[in-house]
Amino acid sequence: MTEWVMAGLVVWPLIWGALTLILPSRWVLFAGALGALGTLALGVWVVSLPPQIMTLGNWPTPLGLSWRLDGISQSLIGLTAVVGGLISVYAGVDKSCPSVFWGLWLGAWGAMNALFLTADVFHFYVTLELLTVSAVAMVALTPSAAATRAAFRYLVVSLTGSMFFLLGVALLYGRYGVLDMAILSEQMTMDWVSALALAVMTIGLLAKTAVFPLHSWLPQAHSEALTAVSAILSALVIKTAFYGLMRLWLDVFATLATVSASMVLGILASAAIFWGGYQALTTSRLKRLVAWSTVAQVGGLLLALALVVQAQATHSVQTASLWQGLVWLIGAHALAKSAWFLAAGTVQKRAGSDYLTQIGFAMQHSPISVFAMTLAVVSLSGLPFTMGFIGKWWLLSLAWELQAWLWMLVSLLGSLLTLAYGWRLLNLSLMSRVWPQPLNPVSVSKDWVALGLALLAVIGGFGSHWFWEGI
Amino acid sequence: MSVWIYSLCALGLVLIGLYGLVRSHHGLQQLLSINVMGSGVFMLLLALAARHAPADAVPQAARHAPADAVPQALVLTGIVVAISALALGLALLRRLASYDKGASHD
Repeated sequence: MTEWVMAGLVVWPLIWGALTLILPSRWVLFAGALGALGTLALGVWVVSLPPQIMTLGNWPTPLGLSWRLDGISQSLIGLTAVVGGLISVYAGVDKSCPSVFWGLWLGAWGAMNALFLTADVFHFYVTLELLTVSAVAMVALTPSAAATRAAFRYLVVSLTGSMFFLLGVALLYGRYGVLDMAILSEQMTMDWVSALALAVMTIGLLAKTAVFPLHSWLPQAHSEALTAVSAILSALVIKTAFYGLMRLWLDVFATLATVSASMVLGILASAAIFWGGYQALTTSRLKRLVAWSTVAQVGGLLLALALVVQAQATHSVQTASLWQGLVWLIGAHALAKSAWFLAAGTVQKRAGSDYLTQIGFAMQHSPISVFAMTLAVVSLSGLPFTMGFIGKWWLLSLAWELQAWLWMLVSLLGSLLTLAYGWRLLNLSLMSRVWPQPLNPVSVSKDWVALGLALLAVIGGFGSHWFWEGI
Repeated sequence: MSVWIYSLCALGLVLIGLYGLVRSHHGLQQLLSINVMGSGVFMLLLALAARHAPADAVPQAARHAPADAVPQALVLTGIVVAISALALGLALLRRLASYDKGASHD
């Protein structure tokens, strides 16, 4: 039975995604909704399954492929299901979403589930590439030259990243003769081939996660895309490459991940936090602001990874449950960022403009979206009673235990920057003198979807006990 | 010995592709550079496939034993993935060109 659930996670969205491409257009929404609903149900179901390893077709591991269901993959699949499900509702309400969207989105969803399940480095490459192709095509759904250019740039960076990753896979196979992550992790020894493999695979994944200085494709691609697509890319797709980094640094290459290597990650992360924050403070456009905030938040995630790597290398902290903190931060960011992007997209549509100077009136007339944005900013900057707060608390206490004062300072400054650019946006809804302008009619249900995601980011803060103790 | 030559050539190809990617400004050049990089990686995998029939461990009679099949399967999969990504890139470039043409007619 459990095999069928795990297979369904990948096969169900792919089947329905393919069907939406060939069905007549009046059936597309129905098929897309059915595909999304089924994937959501399976994704939530998988969280309740016991951790296990499944070998595909009963071929044993050195030759065959295996799927691994453990705490990390279960939580990320569940998270993708919840966030993806709500974004699907938004896309279903959104009239500007073309019918091709459903095929691409369900394909991307299936690819993400496969990526979280796989325990084989080459299979990981294939799923990463599947996801890239559908994500790039989703960016290109916006019919404009700027969006097409952004999609092409995204494709070039992403393909280069994949090639680096594949080069690392080849080096690993040459050195160890296996591709299974668990076996690789056991056999890993410190030598130059392994170090080179770690370096090229990390560079590839950093480019795909959009970590400074390889981030420049992200603000364009994420802000030019349709609103639902922006939310999918920022909340979910970015996280898959980060998940790869987690697996590599904490599992496969754990032997090589030393304190000095974690310093490199920490420095890149700090640069991302400050540069992304600075750009978000100075940009003149709404969706650019949210996209630059993603660059900064990715820096925050990488900083957490650097701290966890340091903790694992020095053995100074109880390391058994450190992954939980990382997954928690991923979840907090996914919920808050998707809420923020959806709310921003609704306001943008209502105002008919993407420029911060022209959306004040629309902000004042979309109180629900503004509330969602506020909750998202509060959670992202780590203020109390949100998921972000608990993640930040965990991060700061870990830095405290490791006596990593510099990283602690960077993390706190990152929170301040988030508040600053968040306030810059929210302030627009409080200004007393704005120019009244005609607003486009936009269904209020879109505001509610964004608020739903933002509320989850708050409720999650209260339900944290279940996660930290449960799995 | 020949494995080393092939492996080093493969890494050279990857570097050439990377250099081309950094230097080029045209989309088509960028796609081709990535393909050169890809060829380098595939070549490395194939060179490793030959190495996995270890010359000194195998008796003289079995020297021509078939090479390791796994890297070959990986290369086949990789080619399929690479060609679909390339097709997507070309489609995007064509669409960009049509936008540019439309813009110049206005």
